[in-house]
Amino acid sequence: MTTHFLGDTIVLLGRSMRHITRSLDTIITVSVMPIALMLLFVYVFGGAISPGGGPGRYVTYLLPGILLITIAMGISYTAYRLFTDMQSGIFERFQSMPIARSAVLWAHVLTSVVSNLISLVIVVLVALAMGFRTSAGPLAWLAVLGIVVLFTLAVTWLAVIAGLSAKSTDGAGAFSYPIIFLPFISSAFVATGTMPGPVRAFADNQPVTSIVNTIRDLFARQPVSASIWTALAWCLGIGIVAYALAVVTYRRKIS
Amino acid sequence: MTTQVIRVQGLHKSYKDLHVLRGVDFDVAPGTIFALLGSNGAGKTTVVKILSTLLKADAGTAVVNGFDVAAQPANVRESISLTGQFAAVDEILTGRENLVLVARLRHQKGPGKIADDLLERFQLTDAAARKVATYSGGMRRRLDIAMSLIGDPPVIFLDEPTTGLDPQARIEVWNSVRQLAGRGATVLLTTQYLDEAEQLAGQIAILHQGTIIATGTLAELKQLFPPAIVEYVEKQPSLEDIFLAITATTAKES
Repeated sequence: MTTHFLGDTIVLLGRSMRHITRSLDTIITVSVMPIALMLLFVYVFGGAISPGGGPGRYVTYLLPGILLITIAMGISYTAYRLFTDMQSGIFERFQSMPIARSAVLWAHVLTSVVSNLISLVIVVLVALAMGFRTSAGPLAWLAVLGIVVLFTLAVTWLAVIAGLSAKSTDGAGAFSYPIIFLPFISSAFVATGTMPGPVRAFADNQPVTSIVNTIRDLFARQPVSASIWTALAWCLGIGIVAYALAVVTYRRKIS
Repeated sequence: MTTQVIRVQGLHKSYKDLHVLRGVDFDVAPGTIFALLGSNGAGKTTVVKILSTLLKADAGTAVVNGFDVAAQPANVRESISLTGQFAAVDEILTGRENLVLVARLRHQKGPGKIADDLLERFQLTDAAARKVATYSGGMRRRLDIAMSLIGDPPVIFLDEPTTGLDPQARIEVWNSVRQLAGRGATVLLTTQYLDEAEQLAGQIAILHQGTIIATGTLAELKQLFPPAIVEYVEKQPSLEDIFLAITATTAKES
């Protein structure tokens, strides 16, 4: 059964990628909100909170957090697509066929990674137009890509749990709101030093801050601090726990 | 009696407090059409889900094509195809892409050729490149059944294949089902329509309140009733007869 895992996953990945290329609005919707936030923060609030040096510098400061918000937006569609599959009979058809059963989930997860990367490229291009500049070399970009993919995988498995256990379409997407909100209480928009004690303690120790700081250091071509290990630990930790829970939820669903 | 393709013995299944199946037994001989007849909520879908390895029974055994559904689910999945109560098609893909997808997942050689052949057999060639979302109910069902045939599985489950279809689409589906059995496949279909079982099935089992209360051929089931009294009745055409006659003539004219 598992011998077909790779082949089956690729076939199913092709299927869900077609869903995305045929309704590009999902990618546009995913990119529009983060871009709007970026415009709002740079050109409306930016003057008041920017570290100085014009809008370009604040875009550069903001981008890592915006990237994470983009991913958080994107994964709600994964939950939605999974939920739709289960509502229609196609999920049962796949389950009653001699295919590797986990391929059904992995195809959705990989689709999430690919479609999120497309959205991220759009957001980065807009940021460049707004004055985002980086001296990061190929290796640093590769490191950013690695962290972004890892974060996407980790939160996508959360989306899988939500998609599998949702009772309605709205419910399938709603779980992502806290993840979208998390960057606001982090170092993504302002330095955590300005926040009052308890808020600052939360902001300093939640996953987004370490990930944002790492990406920011990589873009600024500064030696990455210990935050990269914290960031990796968070991504792996969330990913592994979410994956295990998703598999348990899936087994319960299909047996 | 090891020649039976499907053997179901003492099947029990409960959903929380609801005891849906209370000891279901039946056998299906190879190459026949077997109808599981019952009203809504009688447990027909539950039986089909257990047989197609989507659901585990609480008690009892079920053997499909020589494989136990609980112990050898992978072998069972190799032997069957399931057409569920709601057409299990991908609306965003085209008809042809749906068939190619299933052919690839069943690891068939030449998925494109298989798809084209089935499109022709089910009169969907003209609609092959259209998204399934634009298909009529009957076309969806035909595509759905076509998808079930890929890889020539010896056992085919059809769960209420004509529910929600108009009379013409119903007849199209009936013809497709007859074709399946004609090719040697064993078909288990569930239905709540008595005429459907009468039209299609060699063997009929009536599922009522969680058990099979009667089973046999139509002729055998008829014998359960007191002998027929011969009466002369003027046979009026039914509305279905009229509808089909009128639509057939207008179809010819247009």
